[in-house]
This record gives sequence, structure tokens and C-alpha cells, in this order.
Amino acid sequence: MTIRTEPMTVNIGPQHPSTHGVFRLRVTFDGEEILQVEPIFGYLHRGTEKLAEERNYTQVVTLTDRLDYVSSMINNQAYCLAVEKLLGAEVPMRGKYLRTLTAELQRIAAHLMGIGFIIQDLGALGTPLMYCFRSRERILDLFEMLCGARITVSYMRPGGVYFDAPPEFWPALDQFLLDFEEEYRELEQLLLENEIVMVRTRGISPLPLDIAINCSVSGPVLRASGLGWDWRKVEPYDAYDLVEFDVPTAENGDNYDRFWVRIQEIRQSVRIIRQCVEQIEPGPVRAEVPLVLRPEPGVEAYGRVEASKGELAFFLVSDGGISPYRCKIRSPSLINLTVTEHLLVGWKLADMIVTLGSVDINMGEVDR
Amino acid sequence: MALLQLVGASLSERISAFVPDSVDEAVPLGRAGEALWVKPAAIADVAAFMQQDEELDLRYLNAISAIDFVGHFELVYHLTSFARGHKATMRARLPGRDNLSAPSVYHLWRGADFQEREIWDLMGIRFEGHPNMKRIMLWEGFEGHPLRKDFVG
Repeated sequence: MTIRTEPMTVNIGPQHPSTHGVFRLRVTFDGEEILQVEPIFGYLHRGTEKLAEERNYTQVVTLTDRLDYVSSMINNQAYCLAVEKLLGAEVPMRGKYLRTLTAELQRIAAHLMGIGFIIQDLGALGTPLMYCFRSRERILDLFEMLCGARITVSYMRPGGVYFDAPPEFWPALDQFLLDFEEEYRELEQLLLENEIVMVRTRGISPLPLDIAINCSVSGPVLRASGLGWDWRKVEPYDAYDLVEFDVPTAENGDNYDRFWVRIQEIRQSVRIIRQCVEQIEPGPVRAEVPLVLRPEPGVEAYGRVEASKGELAFFLVSDGGISPYRCKIRSPSLINLTVTEHLLVGWKLADMIVTLGSVDINMGEVDR
Repeated sequence: MALLQLVGASLSERISAFVPDSVDEAVPLGRAGEALWVKPAAIADVAAFMQQDEELDLRYLNAISAIDFVGHFELVYHLTSFARGHKATMRARLPGRDNLSAPSVYHLWRGADFQEREIWDLMGIRFEGHPNMKRIMLWEGFEGHPLRKDFVG
């Protein structure tokens, strides 16, 4: 006797307990198998690009904090690089090092969140996520020392950074790096040698490289599919050409690989931070730029960085005024979502949330 | 290694040879910059050539941006070749403000999907050939396109 089945459409979200933000998936299932997927978003759309047109160049920095709010330092950096390109301004060496260092601390924090939530989505409630949060918390404490804020930092400014690090920052950073070595080893053991994690993620939802490229995917998701493309290497900005690091890549592009690449990237970030601490020298942290910036009319700049989610770029157009005429944000989270359909169709409901977690999107950045 | 920027002026001859009547000669001097300026109707054809030509190999679409210059709109395509290690920018001018449309590059790059929908939603430029040309951030029934300069919220 055959059992008759019929497709059923289910709305997942807009609210979801393992909240990656307010996001809705309209999924059609046949039993447990996914037949069709439609991502629906815009719930967090605040019109950041429009708001930027009504604020001066320095004020826009605060808007960038609120894009990918778990990686605000890197957002600041991308925006500031674009403004500096518009102005032709050069950041002093100490400013460059401070920016590189804080961006890498932020990358660790963002990847820790990404990893922690994948584990949470796998059903390990609480403990592993708290392991990740324990280390992230220390990084946020360091940010608080630098600028008084933990999430919405606005630490970087066009021309450099706002303040030099206070004297107590350096010993605290050393202590964190020392403690993090052990914490990282624990985490690596807990996750990469975990049988349940392997069974649940290996071979699930692989992403072939040609599809990844065609879908404009970037960041760890692209590198997990086998292409070692990292804007920090390809177009080095700030102090990235002065430090050594590797670009970890995987081959299969499955959930495990996406997860693995992030864990390896944390190790490289620590390497970069250590080199920055060694190489940094006293000096000014910000170029002499006026408070109200007026780039030449008609000038344009495409400033990009390798953010924790992928290629984050600000495309700025100046009309000679005090605010950007156009501030387009190339959001890696939004564009990486293009592959959801390819990743999910044909797989099971139980894998869906994990797969989504392995793409690591942030709704603040998707919706802007 | 740094990415080499391919300058539009050096590409235009070759592009015109393969895609006739595609390069926009009317772009005023000083605005030309590094970009390759194409006629709006030729966007998809030129993009296909740049993506598939072995020498250019611009297989990666970084971003599609739209800018409202009041008298006209501009579309900007940032492209990269991983294998060749170079990048290029393709631009097109769309005169006027009403019923704007441009050929979609969805069939070349799936990555254009959400970006073209976003430009329709916020800037009001339709992409012909996109299979799902509906609003993406705002809801159907929203009036106007908020990123336009004349939109008052």
C-alpha cells in the first residue's frame, strides 16, 4: 500500500527562536523534504541609504554600526575607507594598525556568534553558545575601553580612529590573547571533534563553486566552496599588507566546511592581532581632516573590505555637499541569501535551520 | 597582488566589435572615468560578452547600484575576474524619470536577483526579463520609490 502525500506550505518566522533577526521563509514541504523555498525579508528595513543622504559624512559612521550589528567595527572600516578614497586622505600608521587590530577582534567576535548559533541550531542549547559568548564578552569589554560602547562602537572615523587606545587597553588585550588560546582550544575540541556535529553537518547542502560564483556569494561561504578569495589579500587596505596570514579554504562547501572555515579564520585573526601588537608604534591616530567633510563634486568611490560575512562595500557619490549624494551599501548577507534556494531544496526540514545558520546572515545588513 | 582595473576606454573598441552599437559615445568628457559606458538596451548583451569572453572572464558580479541624478538615472555594475585578477565597471545612463526599464542580467548571474528587485523597489527601475520583478524590502502596494530624490517620506 502506498501512502498518499501532498505538499504543504509553511511559514517559518518572521520570528524564530534561534533568532538571526526577523526573517521569514515560506517553505513548501513534501513530508519532511523541502520542495520550494522563498526567503522574505524587509522587516528590519530602516532606509539606511536614504538616511545617509541627510547626514554629514562623519555622522553616517553611526548608521554603519547598525547594519551588521555583530560586526560594527568592520562596517565602520568599510565606510571610512570609502570616504578616504573620496577625499584622497591617508590614515597615519598607528591609526591603520588600530583599525586592523579592532577589525580582527570584531571578526573573532562575529565568527564566535556565527559558530555558537549553528551549534544552538543543532540542538545543543546553551552550553556551547555560552562558551562562545564568554570569549566574545571579553572582546566587547576591550571595545568599551577603546570607545565606551560595546556594540554600536563608531570607533573609526574618516581619516583614522577617534581616540588612541588607553594605556590599560594593551595589558588587557595581552591577557585576552593569552586566555583565548585555551578557550579556543576548548572550543575547537568541543566542536570539530564532536561526532554529532560531524554527522549533522558533513555532506549536507553542498555548494559547488560555479554556483557560488554565479550567485555572487562572498566571504567564508565562498571560501568553503574552494576559492581562496579574500579582499584583505587581494586589495589590502589599512595594515593588511604589513601582516602575514593565511586564507583557509575547504573543498566541499557543505555545512561542515562553512563552519570549519570560520573556526580557522579565528586562528588567523589572532595571528594578525599579535603582529599588530608587535608592530604598532606611537604616533597620531587620525589624519588632519576637517570636522565637516566636503569631497570634490562628481567624485565617486567604491570602498570595500572583507567583512565577517563577505564583501562589504560602500559606493559613495559626492556632489560637493556635506553629505553623500548617494550611499549604496553592497551587503554580503543579502547577496549570500541568493543561494538559499539551491542549498535547501531537496534537503530535510531538520537540516534547514542549520544550513541557514551556516550561511551566517545578519538581518540588519540584509534589510539595511 | 592587487586587482588591475580595466579602463572602459580601452575596452570599448573590442566590445563594439562583438556587440554592435552598444557603447554609449554620448557620455560627456570628465564623466567617463574608468567605467565602460554602454547604451541601456545593450546592458545584458555586453554583460554576457564580458562574462563569457575568455580574455575578460568577468564572471563575478560584485554589485549593481543605481543613482538618481534627477535628469537621468545611472546603473553601475561592478565586475571581477578571479582567474585573471582584474576588475571592470560597466555603466549606463537612463534618461527621464518615468517608466524606466533596463534589460535584466538575472539569466547571466543569479546574484543579480535580489539586487535588481531592490533597485525596482527603492529606485523604480524595472528589469525586463527578471522572472520575479516585485518589491523586496517594502510591501506590494507601497506608493513611490523611496531612494528617488523627489520622494518625501
